[in-house]
Amino acid sequence: MGKERQKRRSRLLLFVIICLLLAGSAYLVFQIALGTDVGRKMLAWTGKEDLGIKRGLDIAGGLYVLLEAVETGDEEVDADAIERTVAVIRMRVDELGVAEPVILPQGDNRIRIELPDIDDPEKAREIIGRTARLSFVDPEGTEVITGANLRRAQAMRDPGEPEPFVSLELDKEGSENFARATGQFLGQKIYILLDGEIISDPVVSAVITDGHARITGRYTFEEAAELALLLRSGSLPVELIELESRLVGPTLGRQTMNVSIYAAAAGLAAALLYMLFFYRFAGLVSGVSLLFYLTLVLGSLTLLPTTLTLPGIAGLILSIGMAVDANVLIFERIKDELRSGRTVHRAIENGFQRAFRTILDSNVTTIIATVVLFALASGPVRGFAVTLFIGIVCSMFTAITLTRSLMRLAFRAGLMRSSRFVGVKAG
Amino acid sequence: MKFNFVSNRKFSYAFSLILILAGILSLIFSGLNLGIDFAGGTVFHLNLGSGFTLNEVEAVTGAVPELKGAALQLVQGRDLQGRISTEGVVIKSAYLEEGRRSAILASFRDSWPELGPEDLRVESVGGVISGELARQSLTALVVAIAGMIVYITIRFEFRFALAAIIALLHDIFIIIAIFSILRIEVNVPFIAAILTIFGYSVNDTIVIFDRIRENIVRKKRDEYAELVDVSIKQSLVRTLNTSLTTFTVLLALLVGFYYFIGSFDLIAFVVALLIGVVVGTYSSIFIAAPLWLDLTGLQRRRARRPA
Repeated sequence: MGKERQKRRSRLLLFVIICLLLAGSAYLVFQIALGTDVGRKMLAWTGKEDLGIKRGLDIAGGLYVLLEAVETGDEEVDADAIERTVAVIRMRVDELGVAEPVILPQGDNRIRIELPDIDDPEKAREIIGRTARLSFVDPEGTEVITGANLRRAQAMRDPGEPEPFVSLELDKEGSENFARATGQFLGQKIYILLDGEIISDPVVSAVITDGHARITGRYTFEEAAELALLLRSGSLPVELIELESRLVGPTLGRQTMNVSIYAAAAGLAAALLYMLFFYRFAGLVSGVSLLFYLTLVLGSLTLLPTTLTLPGIAGLILSIGMAVDANVLIFERIKDELRSGRTVHRAIENGFQRAFRTILDSNVTTIIATVVLFALASGPVRGFAVTLFIGIVCSMFTAITLTRSLMRLAFRAGLMRSSRFVGVKAG
Repeated sequence: MKFNFVSNRKFSYAFSLILILAGILSLIFSGLNLGIDFAGGTVFHLNLGSGFTLNEVEAVTGAVPELKGAALQLVQGRDLQGRISTEGVVIKSAYLEEGRRSAILASFRDSWPELGPEDLRVESVGGVISGELARQSLTALVVAIAGMIVYITIRFEFRFALAAIIALLHDIFIIIAIFSILRIEVNVPFIAAILTIFGYSVNDTIVIFDRIRENIVRKKRDEYAELVDVSIKQSLVRTLNTSLTTFTVLLALLVGFYYFIGSFDLIAFVVALLIGVVVGTYSSIFIAAPLWLDLTGLQRRRARRPA
């Protein structure tokens, strides 16, 4: 008998320790996920400062632009034209010092630009929209030729010569102007400017009369190719029209984020109180596993390459409801079993077993909805689908593993000997 | 519990039909209030600092030809103590080019020089994209419905699937109807809300069907009405508990968005979810389960009729 009591006591200790550990890990993960000072300090210790939940444009502020290239006459919109345009935009955006710019071709003729977490999205929008201007300027500051005169620019390497170079071909007007300038400034520098910035300053080594020039230097082939790309981009053959533009100042997004976090906390607290009131000790157990559920979700969001958006936060909050649901289903089943006269032990086991099928069936339908959303939507709604999906999977997992283990342990520790633990009157 | 869910189903059917009828009328006569995501257009949200009036804003917008007659809305944000911390205005107009948008911002800065780039939100959606978003959303809805039908048919049987889907369409239609009647703006997040309600509503229905499936083993056909009623009652506590907690959490979010941020799109999103939770709970108890009974009865009568 004494041995049995000792066993019970050690199980009780284990139960308390597990609950404390779960609460502790919840605390740590919350700090990291929310990016508080404590969280940042902890990350600094482990040397993983860049860990954190990636925030979408609508929260962090920033710029989203979708552009479409249209033909202007001489050149058609092809992969090369799009690639050149992307290069120009990237160069301009780099000038702003954006941490993680996304500038990508989309479909055949579109370019998608996402610049999260920037202080001045307005300026970014303005410089993206600027028309690229390439000009060759002589040492006196006079413009010799422009991007419009440039027919071709390509990185090349002659057989027998080790150094790659950029080969240029000019149109008739360009050739005439260039011949005059190279004759006048032989041995001096010509400056090549893109949007007013010097991208190359070759020295004139020969008079070029036929419109075929080369820029040599100590280039690697990659460098030469990059310069050629920039030169070609300067004579942008395509016109860009804006299809969609969303610009969010950082203050507005932050405000919404804070409100959402407090709302989530309030909602969670209400749900916990409700469970405690309705299911007594079992409600407490579900509270612990709900905390762990949130830990799992926030942890997944921190580690996975997902972006948290405002609809995503709403999805997260909604999934708290779903997580509560799984616990409610289980406890109601246990109550049923107790009412029909099963022992506490059997009631717990049967309750979990019977509720499992219902939990699975009812959650799969929501999972179908999230998968469809993920496949077909874009932007913030996609973020919503991801968070809801993570939320549902985590809630199912914690309900059928953690809640179950904790209930078993609590039973064996002698904490749930009467059926009152789940709110059923003993009888 | 005395109340019988099954024998009173005429009333719930009638109630739903009235709602649906009102929705159809509203959709015919006033349609949906489509936001820029689906109709195209430009929205400015500018935090102009405290102590400005709508008249001052109108003085600026009145000078811009494209903004004449544009809808203006005041927005107040609050800090956690409930003090008003930001005051701004939301302006909606037809689609404006980047150049025009900059010019409009510049004219606002003439009157409010301290309007910084961090205090504003400017969203612009052109006609091409709004069309694409609308098509995408419709496809998503159709694919999701198909997916649900397949899943429920596999896990249960076709009659359950049919009843669940009718209840689901009922829920979706009522949400859309309420949005039409109240003229709440519909944007892409609304579609996300609808799809979430898909999952939620079917979820609720399935829990009851699961009970029916479990209880059916011991029953004869003429005991089915009793069976459905008992099954509803057995899962009632669970249904109400779950709906109440979800409702509470969403309500906290709605209050937060409304009181602290002031207005805009996310409120519509949360409102759609809230309506969905209420209607979804109602329909799984009062529509889906009784409908399964009627579908089963219909099939029986047909089978009995001599060929």
